[in-house]
Amino acid sequence: MNSATKNRIIDRAFKWFGIACTLFGLVMLGIFLADIVGEGIGRIDWDFLSDGPSRKAEKAGILPALAGTLWVLGLTAIIAIPLGISAGIYLEEYGKKNRLASIIEVNIANLAGVPSIIYGLLGLEIFGRIMGMGGSLLAGSSTLALLILPIIIVATREAIKAVPRTIREASFGLGASKWQTIRMQVLPAASGGIVTGVILALSRAIGETAPLIVVGALAFIDSVPTSPGDDFTVLPIQIFNWVSRPQKAFLVNAAAGIVVLLAVTFVMNGIALYLRQRWQKKVKW
Amino acid sequence: MRKKEKVIEIILAAAAGITILTTIGIIWVLLSESVGFFSHVSVWDFLTDTQWTPLFADKHYGIMPLFSGTLLTTLIAIALALPVGLTVAVYLSEYAPRSFRAVIKPLLEILAAIPTVVYGYFALTVVTPFLQKIYPDLAGFNALSAGIVMGIMIIPLISSMSEDALYAVPKSLREASYGMGATRFQTAFKVLVPSASSGIIVSVILAISRAVGETMIVAIAAGQQPRLTFDPTVPIETITTYIVQVSMGDVARGTPEYQTIFAAGLTLFVFTLILNNISIRIKRRFQQKYE
Repeated sequence: MNSATKNRIIDRAFKWFGIACTLFGLVMLGIFLADIVGEGIGRIDWDFLSDGPSRKAEKAGILPALAGTLWVLGLTAIIAIPLGISAGIYLEEYGKKNRLASIIEVNIANLAGVPSIIYGLLGLEIFGRIMGMGGSLLAGSSTLALLILPIIIVATREAIKAVPRTIREASFGLGASKWQTIRMQVLPAASGGIVTGVILALSRAIGETAPLIVVGALAFIDSVPTSPGDDFTVLPIQIFNWVSRPQKAFLVNAAAGIVVLLAVTFVMNGIALYLRQRWQKKVKW
Repeated sequence: MRKKEKVIEIILAAAAGITILTTIGIIWVLLSESVGFFSHVSVWDFLTDTQWTPLFADKHYGIMPLFSGTLLTTLIAIALALPVGLTVAVYLSEYAPRSFRAVIKPLLEILAAIPTVVYGYFALTVVTPFLQKIYPDLAGFNALSAGIVMGIMIIPLISSMSEDALYAVPKSLREASYGMGATRFQTAFKVLVPSASSGIIVSVILAISRAVGETMIVAIAAGQQPRLTFDPTVPIETITTYIVQVSMGDVARGTPEYQTIFAAGLTLFVFTLILNNISIRIKRRFQQKYE
């Protein structure tokens, strides 16, 4: 066998190995979703969605956890969206050349790599102890808002960067001020990308478990929280709690909880993907 | 009008400044609580003691067992994710038809969107029982299963960033290699992977940093027993799991037990900070190279 044939065989073999590796991840995903849905879907009924926690697995439900997750989603959005978009606008439109902006830029790259549990320690001390919020919804949401801030900032900057110079120049040419140009021209043109980034960041937030446990979210809450100062739990913590118990019936509950959590996550990711595609199609510079 | 413009700029700058405050806050919180901890426990004991038992009567404060647990699960995850992720990257960028790639990439990215508590469930209820069929002595909680599942989670991280790096290699290099009669395999591994190496290294460092900070998978599937070992079949505990374990219990504020989570957090933070800075530096050099 000469070396040319040998090389061709290696090439062919690698192609199949590549296909196998690519499918490996997808097959795992498939096995995994099938297993979860198979275990959990039968457990989901109206009682499961509308009951509180219980020592008896078959009586336990996810209502307080689901309500907690929705509260956290809303509060985190209220805190993180204005901050993230403002910071993104500043870095892209104002702070191009100054030193502060370049420090902030390196800093954001670093923050994006900080493990989420460290944010939990930050929230525990700053929001929980010093600001006196304890283990409340507000403390948890503020912590998650800081966690997803880098994602929103980066997405905002990318979206603004994609708006061509000509649009800005035309606006300036008509006598608009810098802020008028940003508000009336740049932001509307970049809105698709920004919204997509925001949704992806929020979907990351509702899947987070560790930082909220550290901040002091509780595993056992039997009423729906009614204000941002209330104690709370979220779906991932409820799932963690059920997974940690030895009885099989609680594992079934965990699987059912996961189906609900994944449904929420996938719907959010789906919307983000749809918006991105629509935006890419519509906008042609 | 002028004034309003200036006020708006200041408001926007303040929002960007929050990120600096966050970093300062993290460092301050970790340091101030760790100072309290290190007034009880010497740095030497912390780094050299081989036992970690702050919650027992006979207290030892050696970080090594937690560090070895973190290292072990991370190594297993990278040992799986690096070869698979890099192969996927090369396959998708050099071999796969465009249409196939367009379908596969978003599907793989679903793996990265799944909450980690869900992966923990998967490791505990699917992967561990499966591995026990092959190797019956495997404990119910072990580093192996947690590491493997963590590896699956970070495959898309490595594959998608490495693919971007491969894609950024100038076309001329590819064409020169084909012109010399090289196969796709030779071109990929002798020309493209070396040219894209800094981008690939960055993706691996970020993957390591992600694995080191990963919490829920190990908390659920690897057990909560600090143990200085590299045996992947027995229960261990990672730095992150320990922080969760203490947070779930009722340890009084201000006690050395409470302060341990900040000392553990500081160790974790320093480790990931070093990794992130290496990757930021490599990335800068890499960008300059192609501009």
